[in-house]
Amino acid sequence: MAYVAVKGGERAISHAHLWLEEERRGPGDVAELSLAQIREQLSLAVDRVMVEGSCCDADLAALAIKQASGDLVEAIFLLRAYRTTLPRFGFSEPLETARMAIRRRISAAFKDIPGGQVLGPTYDYTHRLIDFKLAAEGGAPEPAVVAAEPIADRLPTISDVFSKEDLLQVDERSDGAEAPFDLTRDPMSFPAGRDQRLQALARGDEGFLLSLAYASQRGWGSTHPLCGEIRMGEASVEFTPPELGFPIELAEITLTECTMISEFGGSMERPPQYAKGYGLTFGRNERKAMSMAIVDRALASGAEASETPHAVQDEEFVLYHSDNVEASGFVQHLKLPHYVDFQASLQFVRRLRKEWTARREAELAAAREAAE
Amino acid sequence: MLAKADPARLASLWADVVADLGGAPPHEVLRPAETGLVMVRGRMGGNGDAFNVGEMTATRTVIRLESGEVGVGYVSGRDRTHATTAALADAMLQTSTRAERVKRLIDSLADEQAAARDLAARKAAATRVDFFTMVRTRGPG
Repeated sequence: MAYVAVKGGERAISHAHLWLEEERRGPGDVAELSLAQIREQLSLAVDRVMVEGSCCDADLAALAIKQASGDLVEAIFLLRAYRTTLPRFGFSEPLETARMAIRRRISAAFKDIPGGQVLGPTYDYTHRLIDFKLAAEGGAPEPAVVAAEPIADRLPTISDVFSKEDLLQVDERSDGAEAPFDLTRDPMSFPAGRDQRLQALARGDEGFLLSLAYASQRGWGSTHPLCGEIRMGEASVEFTPPELGFPIELAEITLTECTMISEFGGSMERPPQYAKGYGLTFGRNERKAMSMAIVDRALASGAEASETPHAVQDEEFVLYHSDNVEASGFVQHLKLPHYVDFQASLQFVRRLRKEWTARREAELAAAREAAE
Repeated sequence: MLAKADPARLASLWADVVADLGGAPPHEVLRPAETGLVMVRGRMGGNGDAFNVGEMTATRTVIRLESGEVGVGYVSGRDRTHATTAALADAMLQTSTRAERVKRLIDSLADEQAAARDLAARKAAATRVDFFTMVRTRGPG
Protein backbone atom coordinates (compact mmCIF):
# COMPACT_ATOMS: atom_id res chain seq x y z
CA MET A 1 0.00 0.00 0.00
CA ALA A 2 1.32 3.38 -0.94
CA TYR A 3 2.02 6.25 1.36
CA VAL A 4 -0.39 9.14 0.69
CA ALA A 5 0.73 12.63 1.66
CA VAL A 6 -1.39 14.66 4.03
CA LYS A 7 -1.25 18.36 4.71
CA GLY A 8 -1.33 20.16 7.99
CA GLY A 9 0.64 20.06 11.18
CA GLU A 10 3.21 22.68 10.15
CA ARG A 11 2.94 24.54 13.43
CA ALA A 12 3.24 21.36 15.48
CA ILE A 13 6.27 20.31 13.43
CA SER A 14 8.05 23.61 13.90
CA HIS A 15 7.37 23.56 17.63
CA ALA A 16 8.59 19.96 17.82
CA HIS A 17 11.84 20.99 16.12
CA LEU A 18 12.37 23.88 18.51
CA TRP A 19 11.96 21.52 21.46
CA LEU A 20 14.30 19.03 19.80
CA GLU A 21 16.98 21.74 19.48
CA GLU A 22 16.60 22.52 23.16
CA GLU A 23 16.86 18.82 24.04
CA ARG A 24 19.88 18.40 21.78
CA ARG A 25 21.72 21.22 23.52
CA GLY A 26 20.70 20.00 26.97
CA PRO A 27 20.95 22.09 30.13
CA GLY A 28 22.72 25.39 29.53
CA ASP A 29 24.88 25.01 32.63
CA VAL A 30 26.68 22.03 31.02
CA ALA A 31 29.48 23.11 28.67
CA GLU A 32 28.67 22.79 24.97
CA LEU A 33 30.63 20.17 23.00
CA SER A 34 33.03 21.57 20.44
CA LEU A 35 33.59 19.86 17.09
CA ALA A 36 37.26 19.46 17.98
CA GLN A 37 36.27 17.58 21.15
CA ILE A 38 34.04 15.23 19.18
CA ARG A 39 36.64 14.76 16.44
CA GLU A 40 39.53 14.09 18.82
CA GLN A 41 37.84 12.33 21.74
CA LEU A 42 35.00 10.43 20.05
CA SER A 43 37.18 9.56 17.08
CA LEU A 44 35.84 6.04 16.57
CA ALA A 45 32.28 7.39 16.29
CA VAL A 46 33.58 9.94 13.77
CA ASP A 47 35.33 7.15 11.83
CA ARG A 48 32.17 5.07 11.65
CA VAL A 49 30.13 8.02 10.40
CA MET A 50 32.78 8.78 7.75
CA VAL A 51 32.88 5.28 6.30
CA GLU A 52 29.14 4.58 6.37
CA GLY A 53 28.37 8.15 5.33
CA SER A 54 30.81 7.37 2.50
CA CYS A 55 32.47 10.76 2.93
CA CYS A 56 35.92 11.14 4.44
CA ASP A 57 35.84 14.45 6.33
CA ALA A 58 36.32 14.25 10.09
CA ASP A 59 35.05 17.78 10.79
CA LEU A 60 31.84 17.19 8.87
CA ALA A 61 31.31 13.84 10.57
CA ALA A 62 31.84 15.49 13.98
CA LEU A 63 29.31 18.16 13.10
CA ALA A 64 26.79 15.53 11.97
CA ILE A 65 27.25 13.65 15.26
CA LYS A 66 26.67 16.85 17.23
CA GLN A 67 23.57 17.71 15.19
CA ALA A 68 22.19 14.16 15.59
CA SER A 69 22.73 14.11 19.38
CA GLY A 70 25.12 11.22 18.92
CA ASP A 71 22.69 9.07 16.89
CA LEU A 72 25.27 7.66 14.48
CA VAL A 73 22.81 6.31 11.90
CA GLU A 74 21.14 9.74 11.77
CA ALA A 75 24.59 11.37 11.46
CA ILE A 76 25.43 9.01 8.59
CA PHE A 77 22.20 10.07 6.87
CA LEU A 78 23.13 13.76 7.32
CA LEU A 79 26.55 13.18 5.76
CA ARG A 80 25.10 11.25 2.81
CA ALA A 81 22.57 14.02 2.22
CA TYR A 82 25.29 16.68 2.34
CA ARG A 83 27.51 14.91 -0.17
CA THR A 84 24.76 15.04 -2.79
CA THR A 85 25.08 18.85 -2.78
CA LEU A 86 28.74 18.79 -3.87
CA PRO A 87 30.19 18.46 -7.37
CA ARG A 88 32.45 15.50 -8.15
CA PHE A 89 36.00 16.55 -9.00
CA GLY A 90 37.09 13.08 -10.09
CA PHE A 91 38.64 9.86 -8.83
CA SER A 92 41.78 9.17 -6.86
CA GLU A 93 44.48 6.79 -7.97
CA PRO A 94 43.82 3.42 -6.28
CA LEU A 95 45.19 3.45 -2.72
CA GLU A 96 48.39 1.48 -2.29
CA THR A 97 47.65 -0.04 1.08
CA ALA A 98 50.79 -2.20 0.93
CA ARG A 99 52.72 1.06 1.40
CA MET A 100 50.62 2.16 4.37
CA ALA A 101 52.48 3.82 7.26
CA ILE A 102 51.61 1.15 9.80
CA ARG A 103 50.29 1.95 13.27
CA ARG A 104 48.82 -1.50 13.80
CA ARG A 105 49.39 -4.73 11.92
CA ILE A 106 48.56 -8.16 13.23
CA SER A 107 48.07 -11.61 11.79
CA ALA A 108 46.15 -14.23 13.72
CA ALA A 109 47.12 -16.92 11.19
CA PHE A 110 50.86 -16.25 11.05
CA LYS A 111 52.71 -15.82 14.29
CA ASP A 112 55.95 -15.00 12.50
CA ILE A 113 54.65 -12.65 9.82
CA PRO A 114 57.67 -10.61 8.63
CA GLY A 115 57.79 -7.29 10.45
CA GLY A 116 56.16 -8.81 13.50
CA GLN A 117 52.87 -8.41 15.28
CA VAL A 118 52.38 -4.70 15.95
CA LEU A 119 49.46 -4.11 18.31
CA GLY A 120 49.13 -0.33 17.93
CA PRO A 121 46.54 1.61 19.93
CA THR A 122 44.00 -1.17 20.54
CA TYR A 123 41.18 -2.00 22.92
CA ASP A 124 42.16 -5.67 22.58
CA TYR A 125 43.50 -7.15 25.82
CA THR A 126 41.96 -4.38 27.92
CA HIS A 127 39.97 -5.76 30.83
CA ARG A 128 36.70 -4.06 29.91
CA LEU A 129 36.37 -2.80 33.44
CA ILE A 130 34.78 0.61 33.78
CA ASP A 131 37.57 3.07 34.52
CA PHE A 132 36.25 5.39 37.20
CA LYS A 133 39.39 7.49 36.95
CA LEU A 134 37.96 8.90 33.70
CA ALA A 135 34.91 10.17 35.57
CA ALA A 136 37.16 12.56 37.42
CA GLU A 137 38.08 14.90 34.59
CA GLY A 138 41.37 16.59 33.99
CA GLY A 139 44.17 14.08 34.33
CA ALA A 140 46.47 13.65 31.35
CA PRO A 141 47.09 9.97 30.60
CA GLU A 142 50.49 8.40 30.97
CA PRO A 143 52.31 9.06 27.69
CA ALA A 144 52.73 6.33 25.07
CA VAL A 145 56.09 4.57 24.99
CA VAL A 146 58.32 5.70 22.14
CA ALA A 147 60.82 3.10 20.94
CA ALA A 148 64.35 4.03 19.89
CA GLU A 149 63.83 2.62 16.41
CA PRO A 150 60.71 3.12 14.26
CA ILE A 151 59.10 0.17 12.53
CA ALA A 152 59.94 -0.34 8.87
CA ASP A 153 58.45 2.06 6.30
CA ARG A 154 56.80 -0.85 4.61
CA LEU A 155 55.71 -4.13 6.17
CA PRO A 156 55.18 -7.10 3.84
CA THR A 157 51.54 -8.07 3.40
CA ILE A 158 50.21 -11.58 3.80
CA SER A 159 50.06 -11.80 -0.01
CA ASP A 160 53.80 -11.04 -0.20
CA VAL A 161 54.45 -13.83 2.29
CA PHE A 162 52.44 -16.40 0.36
CA SER A 163 53.42 -15.31 -3.15
CA LYS A 164 56.24 -17.86 -3.59
CA GLU A 165 54.06 -20.89 -2.97
CA ASP A 166 50.93 -19.75 -4.81
CA LEU A 167 48.96 -20.85 -1.78
CA LEU A 168 46.87 -17.72 -1.58
CA GLN A 169 44.41 -16.49 -4.16
CA VAL A 170 46.07 -13.75 -6.23
CA ASP A 171 44.21 -10.47 -6.75
CA GLU A 172 43.25 -10.13 -10.38
CA ARG A 173 44.65 -7.07 -12.04
CA SER A 174 43.78 -6.47 -15.65
CA ASP A 175 45.29 -3.94 -18.03
CA GLY A 176 42.78 -1.40 -19.24
CA ALA A 177 40.16 -2.55 -16.78
CA GLU A 178 36.83 -0.74 -17.06
CA ALA A 179 36.05 2.03 -14.59
CA PRO A 180 34.78 0.39 -11.41
CA PHE A 181 31.07 0.28 -10.65
CA ASP A 182 29.89 3.38 -8.79
CA LEU A 183 26.85 3.06 -6.55
CA THR A 184 26.58 6.84 -6.33
CA ARG A 185 25.87 6.93 -10.07
CA ASP A 186 24.27 3.58 -10.89
CA PRO A 187 21.61 1.64 -9.01
CA MET A 188 22.37 -1.74 -7.52
CA SER A 189 22.28 -4.45 -10.21
CA PHE A 190 22.72 -8.21 -10.18
CA PRO A 191 24.73 -10.30 -10.58
CA ALA A 192 27.01 -7.82 -8.81
CA GLY A 193 30.71 -7.61 -9.63
CA ARG A 194 33.15 -7.66 -6.74
CA ASP A 195 33.77 -3.91 -7.23
CA GLN A 196 30.08 -3.17 -6.66
CA ARG A 197 29.98 -5.58 -3.73
CA LEU A 198 33.00 -4.04 -1.99
CA GLN A 199 31.69 -0.48 -2.42
CA ALA A 200 28.33 -1.51 -0.98
CA LEU A 201 29.96 -3.36 1.93
CA ALA A 202 32.36 -0.46 2.64
CA ARG A 203 29.43 1.86 3.29
CA GLY A 204 27.18 -0.89 4.67
CA ASP A 205 25.90 -0.90 8.22
CA GLU A 206 28.43 -2.23 10.70
CA GLY A 207 25.82 -3.95 12.84
CA PHE A 208 24.24 -5.73 9.88
CA LEU A 209 27.60 -6.91 8.51
CA LEU A 210 28.78 -7.93 11.97
CA SER A 211 25.72 -10.11 12.51
CA LEU A 212 26.01 -11.66 9.06
CA ALA A 213 29.71 -12.39 9.65
CA TYR A 214 28.84 -13.91 13.02
CA ALA A 215 26.10 -16.06 11.50
CA SER A 216 28.52 -17.16 8.79
CA GLN A 217 31.10 -18.21 11.38
CA ARG A 218 28.49 -20.12 13.34
CA GLY A 219 27.54 -22.26 10.35
CA TRP A 220 25.03 -20.20 8.42
CA GLY A 221 27.55 -19.43 5.68
CA SER A 222 29.95 -22.27 4.94
CA THR A 223 33.07 -20.15 5.40
CA HIS A 224 35.67 -20.90 8.03
CA PRO A 225 37.80 -17.79 7.97
CA LEU A 226 41.08 -17.09 9.65
CA CYS A 227 42.28 -13.56 10.11
CA GLY A 228 45.19 -13.40 7.68
CA GLU A 229 46.04 -9.81 8.39
CA ILE A 230 44.70 -6.57 9.83
CA ARG A 231 46.47 -3.28 9.09
CA MET A 232 45.68 0.18 10.35
CA GLY A 233 47.64 3.26 9.42
CA GLU A 234 47.96 6.13 7.01
CA ALA A 235 48.03 5.96 3.22
CA SER A 236 48.31 8.66 0.57
CA VAL A 237 45.39 9.68 -1.60
CA GLU A 238 46.77 10.72 -4.98
CA PHE A 239 44.63 12.69 -7.35
CA THR A 240 45.31 14.07 -10.83
CA PRO A 241 43.74 17.52 -11.22
CA PRO A 242 42.69 18.08 -14.82
CA GLU A 243 44.45 21.49 -14.74
CA LEU A 244 47.78 19.86 -13.89
CA GLY A 245 47.68 16.48 -15.65
CA PHE A 246 49.91 14.78 -13.07
CA PRO A 247 49.02 13.24 -9.72
CA ILE A 248 49.38 15.24 -6.53
CA GLU A 249 49.19 13.92 -2.98
CA LEU A 250 45.84 15.27 -1.87
CA ALA A 251 45.71 13.80 1.60
CA GLU A 252 47.03 11.19 3.94
CA ILE A 253 44.07 9.28 5.39
CA THR A 254 43.72 6.66 8.09
CA LEU A 255 42.52 3.28 6.85
CA THR A 256 41.76 -0.13 8.31
CA GLU A 257 42.28 -3.12 6.06
CA CYS A 258 41.51 -6.77 6.76
CA THR A 259 42.30 -9.91 4.80
CA MET A 260 40.43 -13.04 5.85
CA ILE A 261 41.62 -16.33 4.44
CA SER A 262 39.62 -19.50 4.10
CA GLU A 263 40.37 -22.90 2.63
CA PHE A 264 39.34 -23.50 -0.95
CA GLY A 265 39.23 -27.21 -1.74
CA GLY A 266 40.07 -26.84 -5.42
CA SER A 267 38.04 -27.26 -8.60
CA MET A 268 38.61 -28.60 -12.13
CA GLU A 269 40.45 -25.38 -13.06
CA ARG A 270 42.01 -24.28 -9.78
CA PRO A 271 44.19 -26.23 -7.35
CA PRO A 272 43.40 -26.14 -3.63
CA GLN A 273 44.58 -22.92 -1.99
CA TYR A 274 43.42 -20.22 0.38
CA ALA A 275 40.75 -17.83 -0.84
CA LYS A 276 40.67 -14.25 0.41
CA GLY A 277 37.94 -12.01 1.73
CA TYR A 278 38.72 -8.30 1.79
CA GLY A 279 37.66 -5.43 4.00
CA LEU A 280 38.71 -1.77 3.75
CA THR A 281 37.37 1.22 5.65
CA PHE A 282 38.18 4.86 6.26
CA GLY A 283 39.46 5.48 9.76
CA ARG A 284 39.73 2.94 12.56
CA ASN A 285 36.85 0.56 11.99
CA GLU A 286 38.37 -2.81 12.74
CA ARG A 287 35.18 -4.69 13.62
CA LYS A 288 33.63 -3.40 10.42
CA ALA A 289 36.66 -4.25 8.25
CA MET A 290 36.72 -7.80 9.65
CA SER A 291 32.98 -8.27 9.13
CA MET A 292 33.25 -6.88 5.61
CA ALA A 293 36.05 -9.33 4.75
CA ILE A 294 34.06 -12.32 6.02
CA VAL A 295 30.93 -11.25 4.15
CA ASP A 296 32.97 -10.59 0.97
CA ARG A 297 34.31 -14.14 1.13
CA ALA A 298 30.88 -15.61 1.93
CA LEU A 299 29.36 -13.85 -1.08
CA ALA A 300 32.17 -15.10 -3.34
CA SER A 301 31.53 -18.64 -2.09
CA GLY A 302 27.82 -18.09 -2.77
CA ALA A 303 28.62 -17.14 -6.38
CA GLU A 304 30.82 -20.26 -6.74
CA ALA A 305 28.20 -22.62 -5.30
CA SER A 306 25.38 -24.10 -7.37
CA GLU A 307 22.92 -23.11 -4.68
CA THR A 308 23.13 -20.57 -1.89
CA PRO A 309 21.64 -22.09 1.20
CA HIS A 310 22.50 -19.25 3.56
CA ALA A 311 21.42 -15.62 3.65
CA VAL A 312 25.01 -14.34 3.91
CA GLN A 313 25.84 -16.01 0.58
CA ASP A 314 22.87 -14.42 -1.21
CA GLU A 315 24.14 -11.19 -2.77
CA GLU A 316 20.69 -9.72 -3.40
CA PHE A 317 19.72 -10.27 0.22
CA VAL A 318 22.99 -8.86 1.58
CA LEU A 319 23.56 -5.93 -0.77
CA TYR A 320 19.93 -4.78 -0.88
CA HIS A 321 19.74 -4.64 2.92
CA SER A 322 23.19 -3.53 4.05
CA ASP A 323 22.69 0.22 3.66
CA ASN A 324 21.44 1.76 6.89
CA VAL A 325 20.31 5.00 5.23
CA GLU A 326 17.93 3.05 3.00
CA ALA A 327 16.97 0.59 5.72
CA SER A 328 16.30 3.24 8.31
CA GLY A 329 14.35 5.34 5.80
CA PHE A 330 12.12 2.44 4.81
CA VAL A 331 11.49 1.21 8.34
CA GLN A 332 10.99 4.69 9.73
CA HIS A 333 8.69 5.90 6.97
CA LEU A 334 6.08 3.72 8.68
CA LYS A 335 5.65 6.39 11.33
CA LEU A 336 4.65 9.00 8.76
CA PRO A 337 0.89 9.40 8.30
CA HIS A 338 -0.67 6.35 6.65
CA TYR A 339 -4.23 7.45 7.45
CA VAL A 340 -5.70 6.66 4.02
CA ASP A 341 -3.92 3.29 3.89
CA PHE A 342 -5.30 2.53 7.30
CA GLN A 343 -8.85 3.58 6.32
CA ALA A 344 -8.75 1.17 3.39
CA SER A 345 -7.26 -1.56 5.54
CA LEU A 346 -9.85 -0.97 8.25
CA GLN A 347 -12.74 -1.32 5.82
CA PHE A 348 -11.22 -4.50 4.46
CA VAL A 349 -10.72 -6.05 7.90
CA ARG A 350 -14.27 -5.05 8.96
CA ARG A 351 -15.70 -6.72 5.86
CA LEU A 352 -13.60 -9.87 6.41
CA ARG A 353 -14.73 -10.00 9.99
CA LYS A 354 -18.39 -9.62 9.03
CA GLU A 355 -18.09 -12.40 6.45
CA TRP A 356 -16.22 -14.62 8.90
CA THR A 357 -18.87 -14.12 11.58
CA ALA A 358 -21.71 -14.89 9.14
CA ARG A 359 -19.93 -18.03 7.92
CA ARG A 360 -19.16 -19.17 11.43
CA GLU A 361 -22.77 -18.68 12.56
CA ALA A 362 -24.02 -20.61 9.51
CA GLU A 363 -21.60 -23.45 10.29
CA LEU A 364 -22.69 -23.56 13.92
CA ALA A 365 -26.36 -23.55 12.90
CA ALA A 366 -25.71 -26.41 10.44
CA ALA A 367 -23.87 -28.38 13.13
CA ARG A 368 -26.76 -27.85 15.57
CA GLU A 369 -29.26 -29.00 12.97
CA ALA A 370 -27.23 -32.12 12.23
CA ALA A 371 -27.02 -32.90 15.96
CA GLU A 372 -30.77 -32.62 16.33
CA MET B 1 52.85 18.71 0.86
CA LEU B 2 50.62 21.80 0.97
CA ALA B 3 47.45 19.86 0.13
CA LYS B 4 47.72 17.52 3.10
CA ALA B 5 49.04 20.08 5.61
CA ASP B 6 46.88 20.95 8.59
CA PRO B 7 45.10 24.19 7.52
CA ALA B 8 45.71 25.97 10.84
CA ARG B 9 49.40 25.04 10.89
CA LEU B 10 49.82 26.10 7.26
CA ALA B 11 48.06 29.41 7.93
CA SER B 12 50.52 30.20 10.70
CA LEU B 13 53.58 29.28 8.60
CA TRP B 14 52.14 31.13 5.60
CA ALA B 15 51.81 34.31 7.66
CA ASP B 16 55.60 34.15 8.18
CA VAL B 17 56.16 33.69 4.43
CA VAL B 18 53.99 36.68 3.63
CA ALA B 19 55.76 38.79 6.28
CA ASP B 20 59.21 37.80 4.94
CA LEU B 21 58.22 38.73 1.41
CA GLY B 22 56.80 42.09 2.46
CA GLY B 23 53.15 41.30 1.90
CA ALA B 24 50.93 38.91 -0.04
CA PRO B 25 51.59 38.98 -3.78
CA PRO B 26 48.88 40.75 -5.78
CA HIS B 27 46.82 38.25 -7.71
CA GLU B 28 43.47 37.71 -9.39
CA VAL B 29 41.19 34.74 -8.91
CA LEU B 30 40.62 32.79 -12.12
CA ARG B 31 38.48 30.11 -10.54
CA PRO B 32 36.87 30.91 -7.20
CA ALA B 33 37.47 28.42 -4.42
CA GLU B 34 34.96 25.59 -4.66
CA THR B 35 34.41 22.51 -2.49
CA GLY B 36 33.64 19.15 -4.06
CA LEU B 37 34.29 15.46 -3.78
CA VAL B 38 36.99 13.09 -4.90
CA MET B 39 36.00 9.44 -5.06
CA VAL B 40 38.71 7.45 -3.27
CA ARG B 41 39.52 4.17 -4.96
CA GLY B 42 41.03 1.09 -3.41
CA ARG B 43 42.22 -2.17 -4.87
CA MET B 44 40.13 -5.33 -4.58
CA GLY B 45 41.96 -7.65 -2.21
CA GLY B 46 44.56 -4.93 -1.62
CA ASN B 47 46.37 -5.42 -4.90
CA GLY B 48 43.76 -6.09 -7.61
CA ASP B 49 41.64 -3.95 -9.90
CA ALA B 50 40.13 -0.75 -8.53
CA PHE B 51 36.88 -0.35 -6.60
CA ASN B 52 35.25 2.77 -5.13
CA VAL B 53 35.72 2.96 -1.36
CA GLY B 54 33.95 6.24 -0.70
CA GLU B 55 34.36 9.95 -1.28
CA MET B 56 36.40 12.64 0.44
CA THR B 57 35.92 16.39 0.42
CA ALA B 58 38.37 18.58 -1.45
CA THR B 59 38.60 22.28 -2.30
CA ARG B 60 40.15 23.80 -5.40
CA THR B 61 40.93 27.24 -6.78
CA VAL B 62 43.02 28.77 -9.54
CA ILE B 63 44.71 32.16 -9.24
CA ARG B 64 47.05 34.29 -11.38
CA LEU B 65 49.76 36.53 -9.98
CA GLU B 66 50.13 40.05 -11.33
CA SER B 67 53.36 38.87 -12.91
CA GLY B 68 51.39 36.26 -14.90
CA GLU B 69 52.14 32.94 -13.17
CA VAL B 70 49.06 30.75 -12.76
CA GLY B 71 48.73 28.74 -9.55
CA VAL B 72 46.47 25.73 -9.05
CA GLY B 73 45.42 24.77 -5.53
CA TYR B 74 43.79 21.45 -4.67
CA VAL B 75 43.55 20.55 -0.99
CA SER B 76 41.70 17.99 1.11
CA GLY B 77 38.82 19.28 3.23
CA ARG B 78 36.62 22.34 2.89
CA ASP B 79 38.94 25.19 3.85
CA ARG B 80 38.95 27.81 1.06
CA THR B 81 41.85 29.76 2.55
CA HIS B 82 43.86 26.53 2.52
CA ALA B 83 43.16 26.08 -1.21
CA THR B 84 44.05 29.72 -1.94
CA THR B 85 47.32 29.40 -0.03
CA ALA B 86 48.18 26.25 -2.01
CA ALA B 87 47.41 28.03 -5.30
CA LEU B 88 49.47 31.10 -4.32
CA ALA B 89 52.38 28.88 -3.31
CA ASP B 90 52.13 26.98 -6.60
CA ALA B 91 52.28 30.25 -8.56
CA MET B 92 55.06 31.69 -6.41
CA LEU B 93 57.18 28.59 -6.96
CA GLN B 94 57.24 29.57 -10.62
CA THR B 95 58.69 33.03 -9.88
CA SER B 96 62.40 33.72 -9.49
CA THR B 97 61.98 36.06 -6.54
CA ARG B 98 59.63 34.11 -4.31
CA ALA B 99 60.30 30.44 -5.08
CA GLU B 100 63.17 30.18 -2.58
CA ARG B 101 61.04 31.24 0.39
CA VAL B 102 58.11 28.97 -0.60
CA LYS B 103 60.52 26.03 -0.96
CA ARG B 104 61.70 26.64 2.57
CA LEU B 105 58.09 26.54 3.74
CA ILE B 106 57.56 23.23 1.95
CA ASP B 107 60.75 21.85 3.46
CA SER B 108 59.64 22.74 6.96
CA LEU B 109 56.20 21.19 6.35
CA ALA B 110 57.94 18.07 5.05
CA ASP B 111 60.14 17.97 8.16
CA GLU B 112 57.12 18.30 10.46
CA GLN B 113 55.20 15.59 8.62
CA ALA B 114 58.24 13.28 8.63
CA ALA B 115 58.69 13.87 12.37
CA ALA B 116 55.02 13.05 13.04
CA ARG B 117 55.29 9.89 10.97
CA ASP B 118 58.52 8.89 12.72
CA LEU B 119 56.93 9.39 16.14
CA ALA B 120 53.96 7.19 15.18
CA ALA B 121 56.33 4.54 13.79
CA ARG B 122 58.27 4.54 17.09
CA LYS B 123 55.11 4.24 19.16
CA ALA B 124 54.06 1.37 16.87
CA ALA B 125 57.48 -0.26 17.36
CA ALA B 126 56.97 -0.10 21.13
CA THR B 127 53.80 -2.21 20.72
CA ARG B 128 55.49 -4.97 18.70
CA VAL B 129 55.06 -8.36 20.33
CA ASP B 130 58.22 -10.22 21.29
CA PHE B 131 57.22 -13.84 21.29
CA PHE B 132 59.25 -16.22 23.32
CA THR B 133 58.89 -19.93 22.89
CA MET B 134 58.35 -22.07 25.91
CA VAL B 135 60.93 -24.82 25.88
CA ARG B 136 59.28 -28.08 26.75
CA THR B 137 61.43 -30.17 28.98
CA ARG B 138 60.72 -33.28 30.85
CA GLY B 139 60.25 -32.79 34.52
CA PRO B 140 62.82 -34.09 36.94
CA GLY B 141 63.03 -37.83 36.89
